[in-house]
Amino acid sequence: MSVDAATVKRVAHLARIAVSDEDVPKLQSELNAILAFVEQLSEVNVDGVEPMTSVLPMAMKKRQDVVTDGEIVEKIIANAPASQDNYFLVPKVIE
Amino acid sequence: MATGRATNPKNLVKGATGDWEIIVGMEIHAQVSSQAKLFSGASTAFGGAPNSHVSLVDAAMPGMLPVINEECVRQAIRTGLGLNAKINLKSIFDRKNYFYPDLPQGYQISQYKNPIVGEGEIVVDVSPTEQITVGVERLHLEQDAGKSLHDQHPTMSLVDLNRSGVALMEIVSRPDLRSAEEARAYVTKLRTILRYLGTCDGDMEKGNLRADVNVSVRRPGEPLGTRCEIKNVNSIRFIGQAVDVEARRQIAILEDGGAIDQETRLYDPAKGETRSMRNKEEAHDYRYFPDPDLLPLEFDDAYVETLRRDLPELPDAKKQRFIAQYGVTPYDGAVLVGERASADFFEEVASGRDGKTAANWVINEFFGRLNKEGKDIDTSPISAAQIGAIIDLLGKQVISGKIAKDLFEIVWTEGGDPAAIVEKRGMTQVTDTGAIEKVIDAVLAANPDKVAEAKAKPTMIGWFVGQVMKSSGGKANPQAVNQLLKAKLGIE
Amino acid sequence: MSELITLTLAEARDGLKAKKFSARELAQAHVDAVEKARALNAYVLETPDHALKQASRSDERLARGEGGPLEGLPLGIKDLFATEGVRTTACSNILRDFIPPYESTVSSQLWRDGAVMLGKLNNDEFAMGSSNETSAFGPVASPWRRPGANTYVENGKIVGEPLVPGGSSGGSAAAVAAHLCLAATATDTGGSIRQPAAFTGTVGIKPTYGRCSRWGVVAFASSLDQAGPIGKTVRDAAIMLRSMAGHDPKDTTSADLPVPDYEAAVGRPVKGMRIGIPKEYRLDGLNPEIDALWEKGVAWLKDAGAEIVEISLPHTKYALPAYYIVAPAECSSNLARYDGVRYGLRVPGKDIVDMYEKTRAAGFGREVKRRVMIGAYVLSAGYYDAYYLRAQKVRTLIKRDFETVFDQGVHAILTPATPSASFGIGEKLKADPVEMYLNDVFTVTVNMAGLPGVAVPAGLDAQGLPLGLQLIGRPFDEETLFSLGAVIERSAGRFPVADRWWEG
Repeated sequence: MSVDAATVKRVAHLARIAVSDEDVPKLQSELNAILAFVEQLSEVNVDGVEPMTSVLPMAMKKRQDVVTDGEIVEKIIANAPASQDNYFLVPKVIE
Repeated sequence: MATGRATNPKNLVKGATGDWEIIVGMEIHAQVSSQAKLFSGASTAFGGAPNSHVSLVDAAMPGMLPVINEECVRQAIRTGLGLNAKINLKSIFDRKNYFYPDLPQGYQISQYKNPIVGEGEIVVDVSPTEQITVGVERLHLEQDAGKSLHDQHPTMSLVDLNRSGVALMEIVSRPDLRSAEEARAYVTKLRTILRYLGTCDGDMEKGNLRADVNVSVRRPGEPLGTRCEIKNVNSIRFIGQAVDVEARRQIAILEDGGAIDQETRLYDPAKGETRSMRNKEEAHDYRYFPDPDLLPLEFDDAYVETLRRDLPELPDAKKQRFIAQYGVTPYDGAVLVGERASADFFEEVASGRDGKTAANWVINEFFGRLNKEGKDIDTSPISAAQIGAIIDLLGKQVISGKIAKDLFEIVWTEGGDPAAIVEKRGMTQVTDTGAIEKVIDAVLAANPDKVAEAKAKPTMIGWFVGQVMKSSGGKANPQAVNQLLKAKLGIE
Repeated sequence: MSELITLTLAEARDGLKAKKFSARELAQAHVDAVEKARALNAYVLETPDHALKQASRSDERLARGEGGPLEGLPLGIKDLFATEGVRTTACSNILRDFIPPYESTVSSQLWRDGAVMLGKLNNDEFAMGSSNETSAFGPVASPWRRPGANTYVENGKIVGEPLVPGGSSGGSAAAVAAHLCLAATATDTGGSIRQPAAFTGTVGIKPTYGRCSRWGVVAFASSLDQAGPIGKTVRDAAIMLRSMAGHDPKDTTSADLPVPDYEAAVGRPVKGMRIGIPKEYRLDGLNPEIDALWEKGVAWLKDAGAEIVEISLPHTKYALPAYYIVAPAECSSNLARYDGVRYGLRVPGKDIVDMYEKTRAAGFGREVKRRVMIGAYVLSAGYYDAYYLRAQKVRTLIKRDFETVFDQGVHAILTPATPSASFGIGEKLKADPVEMYLNDVFTVTVNMAGLPGVAVPAGLDAQGLPLGLQLIGRPFDEETLFSLGAVIERSAGRFPVADRWWEG
């Protein structure tokens, strides 16, 4: 499989990365080189093979239902590019 | 998807060109009752200062990792059991990827292909005499998003992450509902079950229970039509309205020769219409994949059985028991089990008394009065024991039915022990024939014309009973009055 | 004082205990060396004041006869580990000014044990790279030069043909090799500890997945990322790993197992151990020097009493392509949080989507963008089954290959660490990205299977540049790797950089 220019733009938008028109051909060829490389996986017989969901067999530990965190608003917003009254500020989102 | 329900002519909607059937399926988002969030130790408390109930994990700081809250898992399993559903001993958390300012990770941790709960069903009471069984497709656990405020700043939106990461159960129904009424009844019943289980408080005003409503229409017997999803409807009344409004919109388009676009819409209660969510029109590609930060969620049958054993009695079972044990009607039974608190109140009143009388008093007098005053059982000024005492006084014929209602009023407004009030205020029923005869004689003497009339028309006796009761201040025993009047008027 | 920096971690530890020098002297010697080595660009942030303060406190503890296992030992920290109050960037512009209000579990355990932080080390942006050339702070130069190549420092800049130290933990490897710290933390997703260790003549171990907590380490690919140390010797790596490892309730994927005294495994006899030699690693066109080195390794282990067996890991050739689906997929999702909303770079836009796209376009470098886009593509509707699901199935097969071999009684597997020695900065950037990816051909299978792997220096190539061998172990059996690694180290000798040409 290989990607065309429209797909490069679609994927860039899906990943929320601005890509200029002149960047597209280079990206397209790079992505296609990678896709061509991974293409060899299609020759592996994976019939009946379970996809890996955890690399080592372990039981998932769970936390107790106790409030142990939060109330650190100054840490939460300390690195914010824009904030007001402890809210994060972003360009207005229209519903 | 084909469903087992036969078309009920009652549910058909008349269009200009013939009948239409409405098909509704629902995705309910129910906030899990827990102290801490699904994957962090921050509080789930409602209404904190902005970004106060937020941990580094909830804010998706670099290198932060989720650790699952065992209580949320327990609550999801209990809910599944309450919906008679299959519990999956192994389930997987997936990431649903999309960008939104109130979604800090850039993905929501949810369950996609392998949810914790599989198929189940809910018996929905459309009316006290009509029940339908609605299929539940699945229930899964997922994170809630934060909240964006769009009206606080001229050019910016404000983002608060207090809700970010709170546990939600998404409960997906089969498209088994056929009307606005059924849709309302489904949510009502599901909410009741969740509240009985204590797995979600069902508070729709706080957004703790929200519905995405899928609506389509079709000609009876035909395959399902294209559906629209109405997002985030937050009251049972609006759910009903949204279904009707959306179905009418779709019917109008189809009858006009148009086609329905599969899309997400919003219901605007003020305008009474649904509208397309334009900014979400772009086709979503959520790129689900198993969350590599979490291991599969696994537990054993023994754990599930422990939870099953400890489930409370649920509304359907309780209703059947009330009918069998207390002899209440199916209608009254349905009303009484609507809330666990109501059912408990009734049982306290009914204990050791006549069940039907208790049901009448609880439903008609007590619930009626609560409704009128906008109160609930928790804030009621009258207790089950007090209502029980009034019923006892009535049963022993110490007071008449009329006096009993007066007594209820007194206890409601002033409080106190009903028996003591009756004693102190002389409200005891008069059964002494001599005293009653005196009153009757006075009434007969004052109304000679009516006496003559009554001899020809025996039903007039009712008027006399009323007059005598009135003169006695309601205290005369009505049976005694009736007998004595008959004798004096010479009616057989 | 300058000879203090050439001590190994173990020697420095013993010297401090014996009061031959103070922690403060040790820290100062390193601070000075770091300052003089800026041309290498190994550190992206120096924290000398912090280091000297910590060292003074260590001296107080040592004077009282107290002190942890790493008391007073100056270390470098890869800039992927969050350090509280100290800028942490993952060497990306998108986090250029990020000051974490928290400390990663691994680094906090180092401070718990008394270590001293010299600063934050350069790495490939978000650990994506094999040469440290994708860093937003620019490339790191290896302390190794090609003999005869005219490479030197002028006005604080390197002139000539500097070599890459490997990546992504290029700063860590270069700093350890150049004596700019006694040891360093690193991370390894596809070879990012072992390949730079091999390129710089240092020892790097990627422990079993789950051995070290990932909490507070900037994530690249969650199912593959694992922290580990780079040290001057096998013993040093063992000492470091003991402090870095351990269960963390904040990381669900961390293993709740006791941490052994790894140092005790160094020098343990290996007689009778079965060492597998995978025939699939004998790639067509394998560099004869690498092949010869591998043969030497076999001979050394045999001499030490180990039994050598040929084994087969049939799915080896599919590990790298599967990796280049799984890792980008996970990174595309892991890096979605860098959106300019809560921290990091924000580039204004006409609306929220425009802001996202401009921020991420400006904040991420080329390689990161490429991987994020490949990841988004292989997960997108219609492609998931063909790419991601298939890759995860192949991963199951790769893991099964190893399990089969271990079930046959093999204790560890010996392979080359890299297909070549280091190369020049800029040399491989012109080619397509896959060329660079091939650097990880021997290391990546280990991450795909979650196993521990160590790279130990084993010799020099014809140009005089270091080469390493890799040992792959059973899950959570890092001890065997340290025992076997020590045999190679003893047989091959060490390869310290003698000439500090970068000091100008």
